[in-house]
Amino acid sequence: MSEPIAAPHTRAPLALPALMQQVLLAAAPATLFGVWLYGWPALNLLLITLATVVAAEALCLRLSGRPVAGGVRDGSALVTGLILAMSLPPWAPWWIAVCGGLIAVIVGKGVFGGTGQNLFNPAMVARVALLVAFPVEMTRWVEPAPLTAAASPGWLEGMRITLFGHSDWDAVTSATTLDATRSAVSEGTGLAAALPEHFDPWLALLGYAPGSLAESSALLLALGGLYLIVRRVISWDIPITLLATLAAISALAHTIDPERFADPSLHLLAGSTLLAAFFIATDPTTSPATRPGRILFAAGCAAIIWLVRTYGGYPEATAFAVLLMNAATPLIDHYVRPRIYGRSRLGTPLSAQRKKQERS
Amino acid sequence: MSEAIREDSPDAPDAGAAPKQPTGQRWRRIARDGLWDNNVVVAQLLALCPLLAVTSTATNGLGLGVATLAVMVLSGLLVSVLRGMITDPVRIPVFILLIATLVTLVDLTMEAYLNPLYQALGLFIPLIVSNCAILGRAEVFASKRPPGEAAFDGLMMGLGFTAILVVLGGVRELLGSGTLFADAALMLGESFAFLEVTLFDNYSGFLLMILPPGGFIALGFLMAGKRIIERGRS
Repeated sequence: MSEPIAAPHTRAPLALPALMQQVLLAAAPATLFGVWLYGWPALNLLLITLATVVAAEALCLRLSGRPVAGGVRDGSALVTGLILAMSLPPWAPWWIAVCGGLIAVIVGKGVFGGTGQNLFNPAMVARVALLVAFPVEMTRWVEPAPLTAAASPGWLEGMRITLFGHSDWDAVTSATTLDATRSAVSEGTGLAAALPEHFDPWLALLGYAPGSLAESSALLLALGGLYLIVRRVISWDIPITLLATLAAISALAHTIDPERFADPSLHLLAGSTLLAAFFIATDPTTSPATRPGRILFAAGCAAIIWLVRTYGGYPEATAFAVLLMNAATPLIDHYVRPRIYGRSRLGTPLSAQRKKQERS
Repeated sequence: MSEAIREDSPDAPDAGAAPKQPTGQRWRRIARDGLWDNNVVVAQLLALCPLLAVTSTATNGLGLGVATLAVMVLSGLLVSVLRGMITDPVRIPVFILLIATLVTLVDLTMEAYLNPLYQALGLFIPLIVSNCAILGRAEVFASKRPPGEAAFDGLMMGLGFTAILVVLGGVRELLGSGTLFADAALMLGESFAFLEVTLFDNYSGFLLMILPPGGFIALGFLMAGKRIIERGRS
């Protein structure tokens, strides 16, 4: 009787290591593009972040007395590290990567009990901690200088930038689109006059703009995200709701006052909206368990992103938005529950007797 | 509130009737409880609000710690002396009244003699009144024990509290701004100048540790550290 019974069994989703491989694969094109766009320092930063998260994960597993090799090999730490590196300024110094990796894995995940136990997205915990702790280093956005271009630093120069910093930051840095939007509004220039210089939807789609390591290429991120949806690693609800809500809010505001509020294409293509929608907010551990819950979660993320970008103290807000909605996730899961078979939505048992009487 | 405090430390030797151990052992027990086993912060998790608010530097931590210590010793003594006269239904208001009087004394003394420190700690000196650790000790210990033991308990609890404040302030100050006991000479007097240490020159600062989240994170690691040491012992 131990033979499996032939029936239309549901196939189990991929196991954790395979899932994580899919995420790494989906994030690879955007990351490689970022490395190409910002040159050797970006590659250094990526490698240092990945090495740090793996070391920190091994340390946490050792301290909690679990098998180290298996835990590291499941790849969840690598995904955390990759997403963190993707959201860092590409020419950030080495210690930003090391601090970030340690905060992500130890404070963001290890202290909660490891993979699958964390309340907040570890990469975003580290991103926000770094932004609060090192505001100067975390807002230094270099102009794109592709590896093939003459302006791109060589390997040795790249090492020097990662280890000791650049000698003349003013010469290589520039404002991001969201920075420019913010200052245009606060200085009262009006968006219509200021934006064309900083924002071209077609370039933003390709990703040729100053920004975090791998948040700029909207096209490659969207492709990676669609791949994840097709492979059923993530479901469509969070990314689609997030993007649609953000587009709807910004379209409405833009119609009311185009000089004050940026248009939807800027909100969707600039900054890390697509990275957040496909790779960060979709983290299964820190998002609600039900589809209505996830839709609520994603809509909340979008609303916070728009509010902070428009009225808040920081030009970019996806990390804050995701963390705040992570905090709301247990509450959402408490109130948004699927109806249990045989019970009403409120959980009281349905009476078969009464049903019969009602029908007759 | 009193019920909660009673339940918080069920294994405390002070809850209930006087123990039957020999005197020396009893006093050692009080010292151990205050400094480590039943430490106000890392075991009882009391007084976290002033703890997290003022420990952005070690000097501030030391200042508030010593002020709290003085109030704890005196309130232990007073409550214990008056314990025969205080009836059960009114004990909480009476304890608060006694503590508030002592805090006012400490507050005025610090304003007069340690003015820079008083300015730095600000509201948190008068707020010692609402420090639940002090009321807690009055309720579970001082109101049941002789004055000598009660005062000693206040001293040990206060020392344990001060130690945590200084360690937490030191860790946060070290990581956050790369110094230790900055401005100690200014706040505590010239004779404390030897405490001031600058560990890193040109340190850009891990700002997060100075901010409130840094306090929570550091406190979490401190408590984990205590448990690791205890596990190592047993």
